[in-house]
Amino acid sequence: MAVKERMSGNEAVSYAIRQINPDVMPAFPITPSTEIPQMVSTYIANGEMDTEFIPVESEHSSMSAAIGAEAAGARSLTATSSAGLALMWEELLLAASNRLPLVLALVNRTLSGPININCDHSDSMGARDTGWIQIYAENNQEAYDNFIQAYPIAENESVHLPVMVCQDGFITSHAVENIELLEDEAVKKFVGEYNPEEYLLNPGKPVSAGPYSVSSYAMEAKKNQEIALENSKAAILETAKRFKKISGREYGLFEEYRTKDADYIMLIMGSAAGTAKQAVDEMRAHGFKAGVLKLRVFRPFPAEEIAKALSSCRAVAIMDRCESYNGNGGPLGSEVTSALFRNKVMVETVNYIYGLAGRDFTVEETKAVFNELEDMAVNGKKPEQYQYIGLRK
Amino acid sequence: MKNGIEIRWHGRGGQGAKTAALLLADVAFKTGKNVQGFPEYGPERMGAPITAYNRISDGKIRVHSNIYTPDYVVVVDETLLSSVDVTAGLKRNGAVIINTPKSRGEIADKLNGYKGRVYTVDARKISEEALGKNFPNSPMLAAIVAVSGVMDRDTFIGEMRSSYGHKFAKKPEVIDGNMKALEMAYDVVWEAMEEDKMSLSA
Repeated sequence: MAVKERMSGNEAVSYAIRQINPDVMPAFPITPSTEIPQMVSTYIANGEMDTEFIPVESEHSSMSAAIGAEAAGARSLTATSSAGLALMWEELLLAASNRLPLVLALVNRTLSGPININCDHSDSMGARDTGWIQIYAENNQEAYDNFIQAYPIAENESVHLPVMVCQDGFITSHAVENIELLEDEAVKKFVGEYNPEEYLLNPGKPVSAGPYSVSSYAMEAKKNQEIALENSKAAILETAKRFKKISGREYGLFEEYRTKDADYIMLIMGSAAGTAKQAVDEMRAHGFKAGVLKLRVFRPFPAEEIAKALSSCRAVAIMDRCESYNGNGGPLGSEVTSALFRNKVMVETVNYIYGLAGRDFTVEETKAVFNELEDMAVNGKKPEQYQYIGLRK
Repeated sequence: MKNGIEIRWHGRGGQGAKTAALLLADVAFKTGKNVQGFPEYGPERMGAPITAYNRISDGKIRVHSNIYTPDYVVVVDETLLSSVDVTAGLKRNGAVIINTPKSRGEIADKLNGYKGRVYTVDARKISEEALGKNFPNSPMLAAIVAVSGVMDRDTFIGEMRSSYGHKFAKKPEVIDGNMKALEMAYDVVWEAMEEDKMSLSA
């Protein structure tokens, strides 16, 4: 039985953490994710869960402690944002390369400078090559649902990798919206008990974690990590299928919203996808065939699937909430176009940068993007690549 | 957004505009609506201008942007009128509600020529009378419920009593004062609305 509630994205993730009741949570507060450790420690103080909460002195330590706990055999997690994630940089790579299935609740916030507390994706995008699985949410419901699916994906025996569950700082983390929650028992049964095959606190089978590897073996370790990320695609889809059975809600690597017959598609991630869907509905009411491809899973990157989904439209707007400072487009801009090229899908694309450091992104701006795509496809206009939306002139 | 309304709150940090927006989302949710309540954060500090928003709808709410063409605007602090264009984008058939001891006529020239309905509530006086302290957000919450008509008075008062009962479980002595503040503010605005109807029909 679903429970109809209203809560913020941070409340929703904290609620999921209470339901899962993991073994260890080290954390250090940083806006806008501070509420997550705050709410979880309240649940613990009230006796509603018995996770071991470790207040640490920095994010370097929170990720280190989560790694230590996970390696010891405990189901672990932490939460952070922005500079907190940046301070975890070294440990993020250790968590992935040691194949530790821990989970990080990331509330996306821009990186300095200028110093700013609001949302963009530069924190998680900076960590895109650390070997973590990255899943993004449009709203509080998806943040909750993704968190519940995170451990089954991470702990899958063909995966054994950490998962970053991302949601947009303030926009969803602090917005109260309707949500459907699952019963505690349904969540516990879905996530199951954690029974690692190998762990440090197992006297019957001693292992070491994180040892030096000589050049004749280290490269194979990295290849195995890459294979695990490839495998995670199937695990993500299988977990989503299982999740649909208990929730009725459907998830994939991405969501295709009215794209089947669309002439113009916007590829976007996170909370702005909802705004874009609204624009699509309004434009379709006037006969303009627009659609949205909302990327849910950024790592593993579903290159072939994206290329196929975009193969029959006339033009694509690729939306980056992140600046790559003179890279060949933003992270999505460069990866999506390379996916199209490799799969020989020759569709026109424009890469837009939007919403940096909390700059608002509106229905009207979405419509202007679609109109520009049409101008390009129909009238042969060449729009500026890598252009900013909503920039003050 | 089907049958939806959009509300923009203007206040100063520490006055509870964000809390009021979240309370409104809460109480509208309880009457079966789809809701959104969210703050817009700048450099947070006591006294700085802040904005908060509500969307309330029968249909699903997907938009995650700020609100630029609100149906209603609530101004929790009158001193904002000289620095913030509170009626920017406000719909002509909407309304603005201002916390001030002044009358509608006295405040009209500070609203950048807004032609729609204007209501004033002396939330400070109501709060001090009902609660003994200046917490303007409860009266302003009641005022926006009355003006927007998102629910009727009985439903609102009933739901708020249970919300406060929950929220103030550890200090039940403040519940009655808050309830009184809500009722007083609701009735002040209701009376002004009745006056408007009379003058329209006259």
